[in-house]
Amino acid sequence: MASGSLATEICGIELAGPVLNGSGTFDALAARRVFGDAVVDEFPFDCYVSKTITMHPRPGNPPYRLWETPSGMINSIGLPGPGLDGFLDRDLAELGMLGVPLIVSVMADQVEDFTVLVERVAARDEVAAIELNVSCPNVHSGLIVGEQPGEAEALVRALRPLTKKPLIVKLTPNVANPDEVAAGAERGGADAVSMINTVKAAAIDPDANRAWLGVGGGGLSGPAVRPIALAQVRAVSAAVDVPVIGMGGITDAESALEFILAGARVVAVGTENFRNPKAGREVTEGLAAALRRRGFDSLAEAQASTLS
Amino acid sequence: MAADPSRPVRPRAPFGRRLCEVAESRPTGGYRIFTLVDEAGPEPAPGQFYMLASAEGWAGEGGRPYLPRAVSHARFARFPGGPVRLDFLVHDVGPGTARLAGMEPGEECWVAGPFGGRFSLPRSLNPDAFGAILVGGGIGIAPMAVLRRELVDRGIPSRTLLGFRDRAHSGGIDELFGCEETRLAFEDGSSGHEGYVTDLLLQLLEGDDAASAAVYACGPPAMVEAVRKICIERGVPVELALESPMACGYGACFGCAVPKAAGGYLRLCIDGPVVRGDAIASAMAGEPAVG
Repeated sequence: MASGSLATEICGIELAGPVLNGSGTFDALAARRVFGDAVVDEFPFDCYVSKTITMHPRPGNPPYRLWETPSGMINSIGLPGPGLDGFLDRDLAELGMLGVPLIVSVMADQVEDFTVLVERVAARDEVAAIELNVSCPNVHSGLIVGEQPGEAEALVRALRPLTKKPLIVKLTPNVANPDEVAAGAERGGADAVSMINTVKAAAIDPDANRAWLGVGGGGLSGPAVRPIALAQVRAVSAAVDVPVIGMGGITDAESALEFILAGARVVAVGTENFRNPKAGREVTEGLAAALRRRGFDSLAEAQASTLS
Repeated sequence: MAADPSRPVRPRAPFGRRLCEVAESRPTGGYRIFTLVDEAGPEPAPGQFYMLASAEGWAGEGGRPYLPRAVSHARFARFPGGPVRLDFLVHDVGPGTARLAGMEPGEECWVAGPFGGRFSLPRSLNPDAFGAILVGGGIGIAPMAVLRRELVDRGIPSRTLLGFRDRAHSGGIDELFGCEETRLAFEDGSSGHEGYVTDLLLQLLEGDDAASAAVYACGPPAMVEAVRKICIERGVPVELALESPMACGYGACFGCAVPKAAGGYLRLCIDGPVVRGDAIASAMAGEPAVG
């Protein structure tokens, strides 16, 4: 590895640098409509993660969907999207031209639908890997897959034979022991875990004496959750051998480096994209200097280091 | 293909955000009007907005404000070869607008945009339009001032109706509309018509041939929804500039959902902020969440 290099890999996918986007925090197609081809020419991420794709089109949740919190925000967006057919027919080809590897996030409430999603998405050449969003209840068991080590293991085990492409499990922080869920996903055959998803949260409008968000509650993100994410990344990376994609309130190269040192192989920028459309690029650009200041010759050296 | 001047395109924002210097800031009738010097951006079109966050004191002590605030420009100017000077009208109603209103000349402000689409010209909205009727309320007069100016430049006749709660919340009238003819409504009767600005709209539409009208509105959600209903009931084409909770301004967050008349939601930042009155189910869902 060349001195000062940021090149890395995740599940065998070669990356020019370690910065991804969190699923659902950067709509590359909308951004291209707004900003033009500069989005592609100066794409902010080394790998693009799509918003979560579901079997059928979804309108998303009723307003209000956002609430600002100290150093963060709560959202209850509700996974609006075109559904699998719309995504494959319209969006995927354009996403394939971004010039970086593409990870497609999928979610379903039963293994039968997950099977269709994984098979049809994995069959497309544009797709490098699939991320499983497991924050939804299983309609058969009523249990949220991402909260149960056994459910997570069973789901990944069922999907594993469908494709040789990497399967990444997106972990929820809303459990007592995320390392156990990660271990379940690993036993089932997951190639990586990404974490953290948003932290369950509520927004109260005291003037109206009611919950603010349209569906009552939502998920907290932004720097407010960073310490939680760091603790969980540290615990999970110590418990499993598969690589961790770390995220949760990353705003700059310094906070990205915290995740690398906590045990993440690569990182993702999420909420900061809302404040700064080029945040991912700025994280990458600052990372070499941040590594140098700590005496690391390369990203690989920081990835291999352990906390004292 | 030559551009069709009757169908102007929306100016495109530079990718990313940029620092702009605050050139001026002054109080105006309960609100604040401030000027940013934009060296890199294009001239914006009527109806477009920017995402603003002061460089200092944002996400600072206490952690709020955290997200940038969506603000429509109220006026712009460009001197030959120079930067674009953007004026914004803000009402201090929360931590973000308080911080923006408190910026001093010489400070810097993060700017992204201009975002969103522009108002149509009257003939695009209604082929039989003789002119435009502009209805603004509170700080919602800002985009109306920009539209009014463009219509004047194009020689298109317009009438402007502005509504305010009271004198203490009526900034920007002289600043933005100068000596142009406007009709004012004050809910407390302190000046002009005593009552709502929609009363004035009803009078105009009764006196007019409604078939030759094109209406534009921006203001508090209840006012905008009342304008929408008045126009739809009379078959008058209307465009509304709406507000909504919004984290990003460029289609990333999906927070600014407004219910469509046909079901589902539009993203106000990229599908709006200007929407046709008959395209949405209600203007009330776009009430701003963050001040």
